[in-house]
Amino acid sequence: MLNRRNPQLNQHGELIHLLSIEGLPRAVLTQILDTAGTFLSVNEREVKKVPLLRGKSVFNLFFENSTRTRTTFEIAAKRLSADVLNLDIARSSTAKGESLLDTISNLSAMHADMFVVRHGESGAPHLIAQHCAPHVHVVNAGDGRHAHPTQGLLDMYTIRHYKRDFSQLSVAVVGDIVHSRVARSDIHGLTILGVPDIRAVGPKTLVPGDLAQMGVRVCHDMAEGIRDADVIIMLRLQNERMSGAMLPSAGEFFKSYGLTPEKLALAKPDAIVMHPGPINRGVEIDSAVADGRQSVILPQVTFGIAVRMAVMSTIAGNQA
Amino acid sequence: MLQLDAEALYAQLRQGVRALLGAGAPDAVLVGIWSGGAWLAERLHADLQRPGKAGVISSALHRDDFGSRGLAAGADATQLPFEIEGRHIVLVDDVLYTGRTIRAAINELYDFGRPASVTLAVLVDRGGRELPIEAACAAARIALPATQMLALARDGDGRLHFTVEEKA
Repeated sequence: MLNRRNPQLNQHGELIHLLSIEGLPRAVLTQILDTAGTFLSVNEREVKKVPLLRGKSVFNLFFENSTRTRTTFEIAAKRLSADVLNLDIARSSTAKGESLLDTISNLSAMHADMFVVRHGESGAPHLIAQHCAPHVHVVNAGDGRHAHPTQGLLDMYTIRHYKRDFSQLSVAVVGDIVHSRVARSDIHGLTILGVPDIRAVGPKTLVPGDLAQMGVRVCHDMAEGIRDADVIIMLRLQNERMSGAMLPSAGEFFKSYGLTPEKLALAKPDAIVMHPGPINRGVEIDSAVADGRQSVILPQVTFGIAVRMAVMSTIAGNQA
Repeated sequence: MLQLDAEALYAQLRQGVRALLGAGAPDAVLVGIWSGGAWLAERLHADLQRPGKAGVISSALHRDDFGSRGLAAGADATQLPFEIEGRHIVLVDDVLYTGRTIRAAINELYDFGRPASVTLAVLVDRGGRELPIEAACAAARIALPATQMLALARDGDGRLHFTVEEKA
C-alpha cells in the first residue's frame, strides 16, 4: 500500500520510490547520504561490485535525452549487480502512439524490478509509481520542471562532504531557476537539512516570484546574491527550454550573472562552486572558475554514482 | 537461565587463537566481523602483540536477507589496512550460529583479493548451522533454542558480557 500522505513512503515511513525530495523526512535524506558514503568506498575496491541487486532488472526509461544521468544510473545499477536495460523510448513505442501506461504494462510483463524514469512532463514518474505492481520501484531521473531528486541528493552529499555541517551555511543557487528542476530539488533538500540562508540569484525573468514562501531570499543582483556564500550552485542556461525572449542574449547573461573569478572573490575564500552539468563555458561560468581550485564539478559526478547506488539499494530493500 | 562469562571465554579464545597463529602462519592477520567480532579482534591483536592493526569486516553488503530486510547496519565498517591477496586470514566473530554471516563476510573479503587461507575463531558456537561452515576454534559450544538471541555487548571500560533475549 502506498502511504496516502506521501506515495514515496510505505506505511512504516520507509522509502520505496524516489519521486521528489519535497516532503521527505530529514532522517530519510541523512540515511541515503550515509549509505552513499559506504558505496563511495566500494568504487575503490579490487572488485567494484556488490551483489545487493543481483537478479534484479533495472529499466532506464529516458523519454528525454540525457547521456550523463543515464550513464551514471547505469554504472550505479551495474555496481549493485543488477541487469540494466536502456530503452530509447523517445524513438520507439511512444513514437508509434503507445500511451505511457501501456508502455509500463508491457515492460512490467518483462519482469522489471525498477524503473528509472526521465520524462519531459512533470509528474510522469509519479503516475508510473501509482500504476506499477507493488514490488516495482520507481526512481525519478528528472521530470519536466518539477524535480530531479538524485541530482538534489548528490548536491547535498557534495555540500556535506566539503562543509560537514548544514546548520551554518549560506548557499546561493544562481541562474535559470524558473526552468530548473535541479534548483527546485536543491532548495527542498537544503531546507529539509536545515540550511539557514538559501538565496536564489538571477534575472527577474528566470527567478519565480513565489520562492520567498519557501524561505528563499531572491536576489536579482549577482554581487549581493553570492556575497559571503559558502556554496555557489551554478545552473545551466536551459536554451532548449527557453521559448520567447526571456533574455537579451547569452553574452548579456554572462556579463550580469556569469561566474567569473572576480565575482567569485565576493564569496567566502573557501566557498565551493558546483554545477549539475553540462556546463556552458562563457555563458554561466568562466573557464577559470570551472577549472579552478574551488570547483567541485567533477567530484559531483563521482559522488553521483555512489548516491544513485544508495537510492537504488535503499528503495529495493524496502517493501511496499 | 543460561550464564556465559564472556571474559573467561575470551581468555580461552586468546589461547586458541595463539595456537592457531603459532601453527604455521606467522604473517597471518586477524580480521574481526563488525561489530562484536571487531572488538574481539582488536583486543586479541593487542594481547597477542601482533604487528600493525587488526582488520574489520562487515557482512552487510553480501547478506542474503537484503531482499526481505534491506541494507543492514555497519555497511561502511570494512577496514582492511593490509593486502588480502595471498594472505592467511583468521576471521574472528562473537557468536557462530547459522553460518550465513560468515558466508557473507568471506564474500566481502574476496572483494579485496584472494586470500591464501581463511580460518574462523569464535567466542561461542551455539549450533543451528544452515551452511557447511565450522570454526577452527570456539571457546564454548552450546545449544540454544532458535527463539533466543545471543549477543555480545561491550561496556564503557571495554569489558565484555553476553545478553540473551527472547525473539519477539
